[in-house]
Amino acid sequence: MTIPNTRIIAIAVLSSTALLGACAKKAPEELPPTPQATATPTTSGPSTTPSGPGVGTQGHFEQAVGSNAVVYFDTDRFNIDSTDAAALQTQAQYLGQYSQVTITIEGHADERGTREYNVALGERRANSAKNYLVSLGIAANRISTVSYGKERPVALGSNAEAWAQNRRAASVVIN
Amino acid sequence: MIMRSYLALSLALFAAPLAAQNEDLGEPVGEGGSVETAFEENASEEGGLTGSVTDESDWQDLGIAIPAFATDRERSTPANASGTGALGGEIARVITSNLRNNGIFKPTGPDALPKPSFAQITAPSWGSWTGRGAEMLVKGYVTARDDGRLVVGCYLYDVALQDELIREGWVVRPADWRRAAHKCSDLIYARLTGESPFFDSRIAYIAETGPKDKRVKRLAIMDSDGANHRFLTLGSATALTPRYSPDYSQLLYLSYVDGNPRIYVYDIGTGQQKLVADTGNPTLAPRWSPDGRSILYSMAVNGNTDIYRVSANGGQSVRLTNTPGIDVGGSYSPDGQKIVFESDRSGSQQCYVMNADGSGQRRITFFGGRCATPEWSPRGDQIAFTRIAGDFNIAVMTPAGRNLRVLTNGWQDEAPTWAPNGRIIQFFRTARNSGRSGLHQVDLTGRNERRLPTPVDASDPAWGPIRP
Repeated sequence: MTIPNTRIIAIAVLSSTALLGACAKKAPEELPPTPQATATPTTSGPSTTPSGPGVGTQGHFEQAVGSNAVVYFDTDRFNIDSTDAAALQTQAQYLGQYSQVTITIEGHADERGTREYNVALGERRANSAKNYLVSLGIAANRISTVSYGKERPVALGSNAEAWAQNRRAASVVIN
Repeated sequence: MIMRSYLALSLALFAAPLAAQNEDLGEPVGEGGSVETAFEENASEEGGLTGSVTDESDWQDLGIAIPAFATDRERSTPANASGTGALGGEIARVITSNLRNNGIFKPTGPDALPKPSFAQITAPSWGSWTGRGAEMLVKGYVTARDDGRLVVGCYLYDVALQDELIREGWVVRPADWRRAAHKCSDLIYARLTGESPFFDSRIAYIAETGPKDKRVKRLAIMDSDGANHRFLTLGSATALTPRYSPDYSQLLYLSYVDGNPRIYVYDIGTGQQKLVADTGNPTLAPRWSPDGRSILYSMAVNGNTDIYRVSANGGQSVRLTNTPGIDVGGSYSPDGQKIVFESDRSGSQQCYVMNADGSGQRRITFFGGRCATPEWSPRGDQIAFTRIAGDFNIAVMTPAGRNLRVLTNGWQDEAPTWAPNGRIIQFFRTARNSGRSGLHQVDLTGRNERRLPTPVDASDPAWGPIRP
C-alpha cells in the first residue's frame, strides 16, 4: 500500500545505473558497521573535494547528492514519483558507498492541513522515502524517520509554490 | 519483530537520560484552591424571566446593571492592594466584561453606576435603578473573614418586578477571587438563559512566538477570560495540542522534547510529566475520556496511523482502528459510549463514528469538502469540526452528520473546542502569509464572534469543563 506502481519504473531506472547495480546487491540485513570505520572514497564515487566536509557529516552528504537530499510530494499525497525515485537512487548510491552513514528522513507537510493530520502525513511521507531506499537495498536500521507536520516550513509564503516546497521528505545524516 | 533492531538503534540515538523528558518544563504552577458555596437560594421561582430564553437574539438586548460589590468594612486582603472595597469594584468589572465579551446581554459596569452601600445589597433602592434602562440588576458584596478567606455574595434582581431572582455566595482563597466573579457570572447567565454555566473554566493552548520558520511553541494555560495566564514549558522543545483532564489535575500534550513527536501527561501539581505510550513509535492527538480514566491517542507504525486507547494509569494499549491510511484524533460522546474521529481511508479526510470499543465504524460526512478535527459537544447534540472546502472553517453538524452549518469564514480556522456548556466554540485562526495565529470564539448562531486576547500568538485551544 505504501509503494505504488512507480516502484517498477524506478527499479528499471535503477538497473540501468551501473553503480547502483553494485550497491543494490549488498546484503541489506546487516547491522551498520561501528562508527570508527573509515571509508576510503573511490574515484568512481560522488565527487568530493579533499578539503571538504568529512564522511558522516551532512555537508559531505549534500555535497555528494546535491538537491537530491530532498524529495517532494503532491498535496495530501505520499507516493514516490519518478523524480523522487531518481533523487532517492542518488541517496542510495551514497549510502551504498558509505555504509557507516545513518540518516533520519524528516517528513513535512504544507500549512494547508490540520495540525494532527499533518504530523501523521509527514510520518507517512518519511516512511515512503525510507521504504524506497530499503527497496534499493539500504538496510532499514540505517534509516530513522521523524515527522514535523507543518511546524517547519522552508518556504514562508502562503501560495502554491511555497506549499509545494514544504511538502517534502528531507534526508539528514546522523552524526 | 522486524521493528526490534530499528527500535534499539533509535533508542541508542535518541534516548537521553530519563530526566531529559522534563528538561523543557517550567516551574510548577500548582493547582488552584477550591470554591465553597456559602449559600444559595432561588428567591422567586415564579417571578422574573421564568423558563429559559431559547433564541439567543432575545438575550442580546437585555440590559444588566452591575454596580461595584459592597463591603461591610474596609479590610486589607492579598486579593487587592487597596482592600476589600476596591476588590468589590474589580469583581463587578470581571462580571461585566464576561457578559459583554460573549455577546450576551448589554451589561453596564460599575464605573458608570452609583456605588451601593452594604445595606442596599439585599434591599435595592429601586427608584435609582428604574430610570437607567436596565431590566436586570446584579448586586453583591465581598467581605474578608478573620482567616483571610473572602466571602462573595451575588444577587440578581428584576428591576421591573422589583424582585430578587436568585442569590448565591462563595468562600474563596484571596488568590481565587476571580473564580467568585466567574461563579456570579455563571449564576446570572444560567438563570437568565436556562443554559448551563461556562465562565468558571480554564483553557489550555499553545503560545507561539518567533518567525514562521522558527516558531517557538509553549504549553500555556489560562482562565476562560484569559486571566491567570501561565506558561508551563520553556520553549526549547515544540509543544502541540494540549488537552485538560476532566478534573484539571493533568494535561495531555505532544512534545518534541526527545526529538520526536510523543505525547506526555503533565501533572499540574508536581510540574512533572511522563510518556503516555512508550512504544518507540510517534504518538500524537491525545484525548481524555469524559471520566478521565482512559486516554485516546494515535500512533504511526511504518507510516500508518491508527487510534489506540490506554488506561490513564498505564498498561496495555488497545488498538481501535486498523485500516490503511491515517486515522487520527477522536472525541468521546459525553456518555463515553461513542467516538468521533477522522480518517482518510476513503481517499480524503472525513469524519467517522465508532463505538468506544472500536466496533461499528461508519462514515458520517458526505457533503462536499473534508471533515477534520471533530469534537463532540458536551451536550451531546452537535459535533464541531474543521471543514476544509477551499478555506478552513469551523462548522457543526448532528452526530448523524446532518444539518451542516458553517459558523466562521476565516482563511484558516482550525481545531474547534467546546465551552463546557456546548454553546460557544473556541478555535484558532491563522493569517495568510504571516502565519500568525490567535484564539477566537463563536457562538452556535455564528453571529457573535470575537478574539480572545492572549499575551502572544496562540493556537490549539482546549477548553476544560466547568470547575467544581
